[in-house]
Parts: sequence; structure tokens; C-alpha cells
Amino acid sequence: MDAKGINDKLAARFGEKVTGAGLEAASPFAVVAAESLLEAAAFLKDDPELAFDNLMCLSAVDYPKETPPRFEVVYHLLSYKHGHTFAIKVHIPREEPRVASVEGLWGVANWHEREAFDMFGIAFVGNSDLRRILLPDDWAGHPLRKDWQDPDFYNGMHVKPTPQMAERAMGGEKIGVGPFDFTPPNAHMEP
Amino acid sequence: MSSETSAMGGVGGLSSPPTSKSGGGFTPTPRYDSGSADWHADALDVDEMVLNMGPQHPSTHGVLRIELKTDGEVVKAARPHIGYLHRCFEKHAENVDYPGVIPYTDRMDYVASMGNSLGYALAVEKLLGIETSPYVQTIRVIFAELQRIASHCVAVGTYGMDIGAFTPFLHLLRDREKILDLFEWTCGARLLYNYNWVGGLSHDLPDGFVKACRQFLREYDAITVPELMDLLISNKIFIKRTAEVGVCPVDLAISYDLTGPNLRGSGLPRDLRKDHPYCGYERFAFDVPVGKGQYGPVGSCFDRNWVRAVEMAESSKIIHQALDALEKMEKADVHEKVPKRVKPAKGEVYGRSEAPRGQLGYYIVADGTAVNPYRVKVKSPCFTAMSIFHVLAKGMYIADIIALIGSLDVVLGEIDR
Repeated sequence: MDAKGINDKLAARFGEKVTGAGLEAASPFAVVAAESLLEAAAFLKDDPELAFDNLMCLSAVDYPKETPPRFEVVYHLLSYKHGHTFAIKVHIPREEPRVASVEGLWGVANWHEREAFDMFGIAFVGNSDLRRILLPDDWAGHPLRKDWQDPDFYNGMHVKPTPQMAERAMGGEKIGVGPFDFTPPNAHMEP
Repeated sequence: MSSETSAMGGVGGLSSPPTSKSGGGFTPTPRYDSGSADWHADALDVDEMVLNMGPQHPSTHGVLRIELKTDGEVVKAARPHIGYLHRCFEKHAENVDYPGVIPYTDRMDYVASMGNSLGYALAVEKLLGIETSPYVQTIRVIFAELQRIASHCVAVGTYGMDIGAFTPFLHLLRDREKILDLFEWTCGARLLYNYNWVGGLSHDLPDGFVKACRQFLREYDAITVPELMDLLISNKIFIKRTAEVGVCPVDLAISYDLTGPNLRGSGLPRDLRKDHPYCGYERFAFDVPVGKGQYGPVGSCFDRNWVRAVEMAESSKIIHQALDALEKMEKADVHEKVPKRVKPAKGEVYGRSEAPRGQLGYYIVADGTAVNPYRVKVKSPCFTAMSIFHVLAKGMYIADIIALIGSLDVVLGEIDR
């Protein structure tokens, strides 16, 4: 089934809960209201004509400049039975990021959701093991948010350049790598 | 050692964090988050013990730490801890331009760098709408398949070593070395190539490459493949050690997104090179091996490794055909389609390719204004393969855990990124 057919089927079942679509995109998607995510995901998985039995990828994207500021959680789905792919997105408010977990439908979602929680701080309600996965357990903050600032200290250790080093770097000298490197300001988030 | 003290070691033991005099934004948080309470020392039965495996254990193929809740020799529950090799790939990718991401992709799965950069280049090309020439595509296929052979050499070789067969490892590394020589001759690097560029390749093939590659394949087909089958795969000890261990039924494999040889080992003939061909794979004839369960249930550790071994022969078939096709082609400029400045219009793409370890996916979002990606997310096949580990490990013997980790063929660089 092509992307338009899948989107039509989804829209026919959920009506105005399907709030948008990008069928001309290189990887077509539909936007689903966050409160209907679980139903829509279950429908996509269980409907025999759609049969999305595989969750290829679950990712989160931060859009602080949109109105209202939001996170997007993107579910890339694949049907091994029919060979077609599709993506659904949910928009969740940036102030209170929470969305239902799809772990019950696709087992792999558990770790993907833990990663999104780790990097973006999105709470996946119903995830059985929502802990940090890649970063240390005592890490503070969520680094893939666009407004992330590198910390000055980590566990009491100074991890930013000293004023002397900063001065040399401002004079054009190349100072170190890693935490002592002056990374260019994030192009997407002007101060 | 009493079971309680070692259990304390497993959970972490350190209940209060070290306090720091220099504040500087340091907010004390619990050092170890033990997650569920049933792993705590107080919650264990008298016979239970929490055993730490890794992060320096040689059979974990990198820095992987696994907590095993054991009852004697039987594993009652397992909890993998990853992240020791986290190098912030996705954060880096947001701060460099599109072609600048490619060297970082090489460093994810460092055993199969060629496949990583190919997947990324294909995804960005899809975003930009670039179609590379058949000459470039054919070279990409040759290198992707050589890399697959090299990667499976390491996978099957180290797997044999994990469960006690040392010699096949040496034989396979000998052939991998020859492939690395071919790579080094072409692009100057042995492991981290930066070879597949957006829209082309960094270097054309050197003169005489086809002949040298044919020479390698002659030896490989005649010696290595039969040798591998005789020495390792049909070895009675190997079969006994693997054939009834770590059985993964196909529906579980799909639910946990196992891909590549792991999925095919479970009996589902799904290969992206056949189902959704890219780089002109549809022009080449090859078979997709599927686990048959010759010596036990389908989807065992044996099947996954048997699939890898047979795939090594199939890759050789593809390279033979690609070399033939290349000889009939006119040489083209491999930089012809490389854009001077990569700045895609606003949009997004999910590009996937069949890397040696399974389907590698890149989700790339472009905002249309910047020369760097807005977001790059990598779906790593090893990450998803590791996420099934705790399901398969339940009820196994500790010695079989070694066999299971190796058969999933994980590379921690790609899990942690």
C-alpha cells in the first residue's frame, strides 16, 4: 500500500485526530494527536492491510522555535508482510513532555524510549524501565535539547576552559579538544 | 564470599554520592540508579547472587557490562548496561556540516566502517535528490561486500574464539588483512576510511585493482570458505555448543527489530539488498541464506553464525559480478556529483541500508537554512540486537551467555555511538 493509501486509512479511522501529513516528503509521515497515539499505533500494527509489525526507529526532535515550542516523537514503521513503510509523529508540548509508551506493541521501543528520555527528557508513560541508557546515571540535564549548555562542572570536576585558556583561544590560538574545545555555537539556537 | 556482599557489589553498593566542596552547579544525585527494586541486595533470595560481567570481559566484544542475577549456574535475569563508549555522535552531527558527519559515522561500527558511511551518504543523497553514476554505484557495491566479508570474518572468528576454537580466528584474520590491504591501497586507510562521500567517493580505484581483487577472491573462494565450513561451522564441538542455545523465534525477532543475519537466522528471508535494492544490487544474482535449524531449533546461535558464514560466500559472488560489470564500464569521474556545498531544502528522510550487522537507519532532518543537519538519529542494528538480550538470556547457563552475546554480533561502538 502506498503512503497516501495508508494515510487515508488512518484518517478514515481516526478522523480529526490525524492532524497533519507529509506525504510528499522523502519518507512520508502522518501527524497523530498525542492522546490517540496508542490507539493509532495499535491500529497500524493490527490492521491486516497495514500490518506494521516492525518498529524500525523511534526518534525525538526538539523544535524550541515553533509556536508552541514542541518535541516531536517520530515512529518509523515497517511491515514485513507487505514490505511498505510509513512514519507517524506526535507533537508534545515542550514544557511538559510526556507521551504514552508503545513498548507493549513493539518490544524494541523500550530501549529507544530510554534513549529519547536520556537525550531529551521525554517521559514515556508506561515504559517498564525508564532509566538513562547512554549517559551516566548521575548526569544532569538532557544534551540533545537545542538549548543545552555544556556544564562547567561534572561531579565537582572543572570541565570548562580556565579564563587564561579562554583568553588565549580568543586571541586565535587553537586550544585543546574535548571539553576544553570551544565548539561553535549551535547554529539553530541563537542566544 | 557471601551472596549478599557480592550482590551489593553488583547493584553498586555506593548509596550516598561523594560530596564535593566546590559546588559549581554540581547537584548531588544518586550515583547508581538501580532501577527496579528487585535487584537490590535485600530483595534477593538466599540462593541468588548478582554477578557483574564486564565491562572489561573479553567476550563482551568491547565495553559492555552485564548484571546477571544467578542461581548457581543458571541466569534468572540479566541487565545490560551500555554507554561506556558513548561519543555523542548525534550531538556532534548537529554541529558539523553534512559531509563532515561522514568521518564520525566511520567511528560507530569500526569493524564495518564502509557500510556506515555508505548508509549515511545514501540518506543524504536521497534528501538532496542526487543519483550517482553506475560506475560509482558498482564501486560502492564492491567495497560494501568486501567490508561485509571482512566484518563477518571478525564476527565468526571471534565467536569461535569465545567458545574455545582459536585457529579459525587466525585463518579468518589472515583474509581480513588482505581486504584491508585493498582498502588501504584505494583510500589510504585501513579501518576508518571516509571513503563514501555524499554524491561520490573520495578516490577512484587504483590501476590494477580489479586484477588484485580477483586474485584475492580466487584464494578466498578456494581456501577460506571451505576452510571455515570444515574447521568451525561443521565442527562437532561448535555445533554442540551453539545449536540449542539462544533460540529466538521469528515473531520475537521482529518485535525487537533484529535485522540482518540475526533475523535471517530466525528463518525470515528478509534482506534489504533484495527487497528494496539500492546501489544497483538488483543487477546481481545472489541468494539470501536463511537459518534452517539443521541441528536444533531454528533461530539458535548456530543458525545466526551459519547464515553469516554462507553470506561470506554470497558476497564473493556479488563482487565477482560487480568486477565483471566494472570492466565493461567506462571510467567516470567519482567526484562528478559531489556538491560543493550541501544545503538541502527543508525536509527529512529515513534512509536505511543493509550493513553487515543488519539494517542501519539514518533519520536526518534538514531545516533548510543551515549547512549542518538539524537532527541526525542513527538506528543501529547492534543497539536493537542488544535490547533483546535480557529476554533471550533468561534461564540460560552463564557459559551460554558468552555464546549468546557473540552470536548477536554486537559492536559496542555502534551501540553507544
